[in-house]
Amino acid sequence: MKLTVWTYEGPPHVGAMRVATAMKGLHYVLHAPQGDTYADLLFTMIERRNHRPPVTYTTFQARDLGSDTAYLFKDACQAAYDRFKPQAMIVGASCTAELIQDDPAGLSETMGLPVPVIPLELPSYQRKENYGADETFYRIVRALAKPMARTTHVTANLIGPTALGFRHRDDITEVTALLADMGIGVNVVAPYGASPENIARMGAAHFNVLMYPETAEAAARWMEKELDQPFTKTVPIGVGATRDFVAEVAQITGLAPALDEDRLRLPWYSASVDSTYLTGKRVFLFGDGTHVAAAARIARDEMGFEVVGLGCYNREQARLIRTVAKDFGVPALITDDYLEVERAIEDAAPEMILGTQMERHIGKRLGIPCAVISAPVHVQDFPARYSPQMGIEGANVIFDTWVHPLVMGLEEHLLTMFREDFEFHDEAGASHHGGKAKVRVAVADVEGPAPQTPRDISGPKKQGAETTIEVVWLPAAERELKKIPFFVRGKARRNTESFATERGVSEISVDTLYEAKAHYAR
Amino acid sequence: MTDRFPPPPANGCANTPVLKERGQHEVFCGLTGIIWLHRKMQDAFFLVVGSRTCAHLLQSAAGVMIFAEPRFATAVLEETDLAGLADAQTELDRVVRDLLARRPDIKQLFLVGSCPSEVIKLDLATAAERMSAEFAPHVRVLNYSGSGIETTFTQGEDACLAAMVPVLPKTDARELLVVGALPDVVEEQARGLLGDMGICPIRWLPETDRLSEVGIGANTVFALTQPFLTETHDALIRRGARPLHAPFPFGEEGTTAWLSAIAREFGVPQETFQAVTERPRARARKAVAQASEALNGRSVFFFPDSQLEIPLARFLTRECGMTALEVGAPFIHRAVMTPDLELLAEGPVIAEGQDVDRQLDRCRAAAPDLTVCGLGLANPLEAEGLTTKWAIELVFSPVHFYEQAGDLAGLFSRPLRRRSLLRVEAAE
Ligand code: SF4
Repeated sequence: MKLTVWTYEGPPHVGAMRVATAMKGLHYVLHAPQGDTYADLLFTMIERRNHRPPVTYTTFQARDLGSDTAYLFKDACQAAYDRFKPQAMIVGASCTAELIQDDPAGLSETMGLPVPVIPLELPSYQRKENYGADETFYRIVRALAKPMARTTHVTANLIGPTALGFRHRDDITEVTALLADMGIGVNVVAPYGASPENIARMGAAHFNVLMYPETAEAAARWMEKELDQPFTKTVPIGVGATRDFVAEVAQITGLAPALDEDRLRLPWYSASVDSTYLTGKRVFLFGDGTHVAAAARIARDEMGFEVVGLGCYNREQARLIRTVAKDFGVPALITDDYLEVERAIEDAAPEMILGTQMERHIGKRLGIPCAVISAPVHVQDFPARYSPQMGIEGANVIFDTWVHPLVMGLEEHLLTMFREDFEFHDEAGASHHGGKAKVRVAVADVEGPAPQTPRDISGPKKQGAETTIEVVWLPAAERELKKIPFFVRGKARRNTESFATERGVSEISVDTLYEAKAHYAR
Repeated sequence: MTDRFPPPPANGCANTPVLKERGQHEVFCGLTGIIWLHRKMQDAFFLVVGSRTCAHLLQSAAGVMIFAEPRFATAVLEETDLAGLADAQTELDRVVRDLLARRPDIKQLFLVGSCPSEVIKLDLATAAERMSAEFAPHVRVLNYSGSGIETTFTQGEDACLAAMVPVLPKTDARELLVVGALPDVVEEQARGLLGDMGICPIRWLPETDRLSEVGIGANTVFALTQPFLTETHDALIRRGARPLHAPFPFGEEGTTAWLSAIAREFGVPQETFQAVTERPRARARKAVAQASEALNGRSVFFFPDSQLEIPLARFLTRECGMTALEVGAPFIHRAVMTPDLELLAEGPVIAEGQDVDRQLDRCRAAAPDLTVCGLGLANPLEAEGLTTKWAIELVFSPVHFYEQAGDLAGLFSRPLRRRSLLRVEAAE
C-alpha cells in the first residue's frame, strides 16, 4: 500500500484511452464502474476534444457483482458495435474489473463480432498510464499490421503521438516537415489520427520514426522484428538532437542529410549578449524520461545552464535517465512520489525548474520559476498557437518558453545590484509577469529591516513609509547619486540609506555610496 | 408565505411515471465529494483506500482547484495487498500511523472505501474501530464508501455525513439541525436569516471542526440543504430526529418555502418572518429577473449528475421562465423530492438512472436551448451546436439562498449569453 497525494500517471487503462481517443474508427469497451468515466473529461476538457472518447464503460454496480457483470460486458460490447460500427475494437478491464475476473478477452471472443477485437491485459496494480498506452498500441499494431510491399518512394511511419500528449499535435507537423526536407513521405501517423485500416498499412513504410518511446517503443521493436522496419533512436527535441536525428534518418535511408535551418533562431538567440545572463543558471529537470533527457542536453549545450538535478517519474525510462545523470554528474531521481520530488528540488535549490505541471506548483510554493517540458498535461499545454517541441520550430519554442519565466538581462543586473531592496529583489519575479510579487522573507544573516506585508509590484508605490530617514546626503554624494540612471536611482538611494542606518552612519559620502553598492552587489 | 409566486401547478411531476434507465452511466463516483468536504471540515483528513484510478479521479476533479498538500490522499493498493487481506490491514495501520504522525492537526480521519477495497472486501469498519481505539481521544476514525459501485457523485457527501450521525452525542434539546456542507458565505447567510427569526441555537452538520459538533435526539428537527443527503436523512430519523420536508433553498421561492417550513415548526410569527425575509427576497427577485433575461422562454435538458436536477428545474421553470424538456437524476428519493416535484409543472420527461447513448439521442432530438451535463459531455455537445452548462459548477459554487439566487440564474444564462456574443464560427 502506497500513500499517494498526487500522481504523475493515471492507471494503465487511461493510457489505453489515450491511444483509442487519438485514433479513428476504433472503439474501446472498458469493463469499469461508473466513476471511471471521469477519464472522459481529461480529453474533452484538458485537450478540448470536440468528440467523446470512443469508450463504452460497462458501469457495473455493486448489485451486479457475482451475478451478471459478464452479461453486462457482453451487452455493452454488442451495443457499442451496433451503435458505432468501428473497424476494430479493443476490450479490457479497469482496476476494479480486474479483481472480478470476468475475462473480457474470452467473453468478447465468444461473441463473434465481425471486426477484429483486440483484448488488452493491463495490470492495474503494477503498471501505469504510459505502460498502458505503449502496450495498447503494441497490441493494436501486432493484431493489424502485416508485412507488405514497401512504398516506391521512401516513407516513414511516425509512431507514438497520442491524445493528451505533450505537444504531440504540433510535433507531428514539425517531424513531417523534417522528413519532407529529405524527400521522405509519411506513410502513417499512429496512433494519432490513424484508423485500424491505416494501421494495417504500416508495413509499407521503410522505417519508423519513434517520436515518443513512452508510448510506442514496444510497437517499434515488434515492427523492427516482424516487419523489418528499423526505427529512429534519436528524439529530435533541441538543435543538436534535431541535427543528430537528420543524420540518423540519412543513415537509415541512405539519403543525403538535409535540414533547412533558415527559421532556426535558438543558437543565435542563445549567443546574443542579452542571453549572457542565462550563463550557469542552475536548473532542475523532472518529467517523463524522453523529455527530460532531451531537455538536459538543451539546457547544458544550447542554453548554457547548469543542470543541478534531474529525474523522471516513469520507471520504464530509468535506465536512460541514470545514464544521462551520470554524464551530467548529478544523482538521478527516479520516483513518482510528488513529495519526494518536492524535497529534492528544495535541497537542490535551483534557480529554475524545467518540469511538469506538478513541478510548476512546487515552484510556485518555493518561489522558483518553472517552465513546463513534459506531461502530465494541463489545459495550458494545449495552446491555440502552433507550439511544437520537436525540430527547428520546437527549438525556437523551447528557447522562448524557458526564458519566459526568468527575469531578463538588464533587469537581472539591477536585481543583483540592489538585491536587498524590498520590492525589487530577485525573488520578486520577473517584471513582465502579472500577479503578486513575493516579498523577501527576513533571513537571519541579512541585516536590516525586511518588510512584513506583501506588496503588489504593479500597484502604486508608497516610498519609504516605514523608515524614518535621519541620514544626510553630503553634496558630493548627492551629485554622484544623480549619475546613476534614473530608473534605479530610487533603489540606490534607499539601499544606501539603509546601509548607512544599519551602521550608524549619519552622513552619506561618496565612499558610503560605493560601500553600499559593494555590499549589495554579489 | 410563497404568495408572490404562481400557484403550484394543478399537475406537478410528483405522479409522473419515471423513465428508469439502466445502461452506461456518465457520472463521477462518490469519492468526488472529498474535494469539497475536505475544505469544509478543516480538521478532517480523507484517506481513500483504493487504486491509482481513485487517486487519478481525485486529482482530475480537484486539479484545477487546489494544489497544496491537501487533506486527502489515496492509499493505493498494490499487488502485494491483494494477495492476502491480513496484510492489507497491517499495511493500512502503517499508512495511517505515518499520516497522523505527519499531520498532528488532524482530529478526524475518514477511511473512504472504493470499488477495489469493496470488491476485495477489505473491512474498513473494523479498521476504523481499531484505529479509533488506538488514537482516541485525539483522533476519531470513521469510514464510509465513496465507491463507484455504491455511490454516484454527491452520494459521497451523503455517505460521509451519514457515517457521522451514529457517533454524534445524544441530546434532548429541541434544536434545529441544518444538514449539508455549504460554502461558508452561504452557511453564514442562512444562520443569519434563521437567527433573525429568533431560532437559536442553529446546529449544522458538518461543522468546520469536530469540537463544535452537537448532539441529536428525539427533539431534534432537521432540514436538508441538499437533495442528495438521503442516507443522512434516514440515519437521522433512526436517531429519533424529525425531518422537515420542503422545496430546496434555491431561488427566491425555494428559499422562502424552505425557511417557512422551519419558521412554522418553530412558531415564528408571520410578521417576523416577513420582516426578516422581505428585503433579501426583493433583492433575490431583482437579481433573478436580471440574470434570467437570457433564460426566459428557453428550454432546458438535464443529464443526471448531482441530484440537484429536480430542484433546479423547478427554479428554472418557475422563476426564470424556462421550459424543462427532460430532467434526469441519478436517484429520486420520494420523500425528499416530492415538494419540488409537486412544484414542477407536468411536461418534462423525468428520468432516473442513465443510458448515456440513448439519452444523447433524446437530447439531440429535443434540441434544447440549454443542456446541463457533466464535463465529459459538454464540449462534444457544444461542438454539435448545443449550448451547455457544466453541472459540476452547481455543486462547487455558492448557489443556495436569497443572495445567491441571481448567481444561480447567472450560471445558466452565461453560456447562452456567450453563444449569442460570439461572432466567429469554429473552423472545424
Ligand atoms: S469508480 Fe471506483 S475505482 Fe473508479 S475512481 Fe471511483 S472508487 Fe475508484
